[in-house]
Amino acid sequence: MHSFGYRANALLTFAVTILALMCAMASFSDNLNHPSPSSSVQVLNVNWFQKQPNGNDEVSLTLNISADLQSLFTWNTKQVFIFLAAEYETPKNSLNQISLWDGIIASKEHAKFWTHTSNKYRFIDQGSNLRGKEFNLTLHWHVMPKTGKMFADKLVMSGYHLPKEYR
Amino acid sequence: MEWIRESVDSIKSIQLRQTLSQAVNLGLILTSALIIWKGLICITGSESPVVVVLSESMEPGFQRGDILFLHMGKDPLRAGEIIVFNVDGRDIPIVHRVIKVHERQDTGEVYILTKGDNNPEDDRVLYAQGQRWLQRHHVMGRAVGFLPYVGWMTIIMTGNPIIKYIIIGALLVITSKD
Repeated sequence: MHSFGYRANALLTFAVTILALMCAMASFSDNLNHPSPSSSVQVLNVNWFQKQPNGNDEVSLTLNISADLQSLFTWNTKQVFIFLAAEYETPKNSLNQISLWDGIIASKEHAKFWTHTSNKYRFIDQGSNLRGKEFNLTLHWHVMPKTGKMFADKLVMSGYHLPKEYR
Repeated sequence: MEWIRESVDSIKSIQLRQTLSQAVNLGLILTSALIIWKGLICITGSESPVVVVLSESMEPGFQRGDILFLHMGKDPLRAGEIIVFNVDGRDIPIVHRVIKVHERQDTGEVYILTKGDNNPEDDRVLYAQGQRWLQRHHVMGRAVGFLPYVGWMTIIMTGNPIIKYIIIGALLVITSKD
């Protein structure tokens, strides 16, 4: 009954239970954080805008992105993945989401930043609908915890327009 | 002489009972594991509710050996989500992030493009020849939570099967003594 194996088993079970409980509590504590992030994005320049030979519109933009995401970080945060997506509707598609830029923030110290960049991923439409198109730029963030549940949210910035003619 | 035969009989019946109860115990453990797994499949709507990360393509977010919990659900697929998908002609599913989504107005079908956070290029090179987009039927589930390190056991066990048999043997020994 009180053999070595029995005691080792009881100890191991207890240790694993406590560890699981601590992980669950750490993950739960993320719910107590109410973040208030802020962001602003400017389209500084339309570098070029053309129709590909296969008929899809493609545009290249220069963006100025600034954001303060420090309030997203808690003690259970491993990293925050952020990306800026262009979102718009066309007659063919009810939703188009195109990631233009992304980044990984590893610590709270780097969570207040600004960057000046052209789009990292190609901004290509499915079709030829981009001339004069109004679109939203949405900053999404995905919080990756050290353990437990992942969080995601976004900040929609609207009122951006593409030029009416190719250039 | 009568009492000797009686005691021998009683010892025999005890041994038979013990082996029977061992077999039943083992069966209980196996069936409850199966019930939990199938139950998870029902609840999450994903054909494989728990997966182990095998590659470095999502570093530093997910490392080799981390365990991911998947959930499929009816929600539409959106950019930024981390999904697990199968590509025709590959047997190992891939865990990567959605970077582009096009959702059809009429049919509601989605066309998505994925990329690993740690990869320089998007996943078109990983897709089947000529495939440009993933669709809903390629997707096994989206990652909703994770536990670090726990999956190393599976990686080690698939690496050297001998360890797997040692562990199964040890489990049998542990459940047999009571």
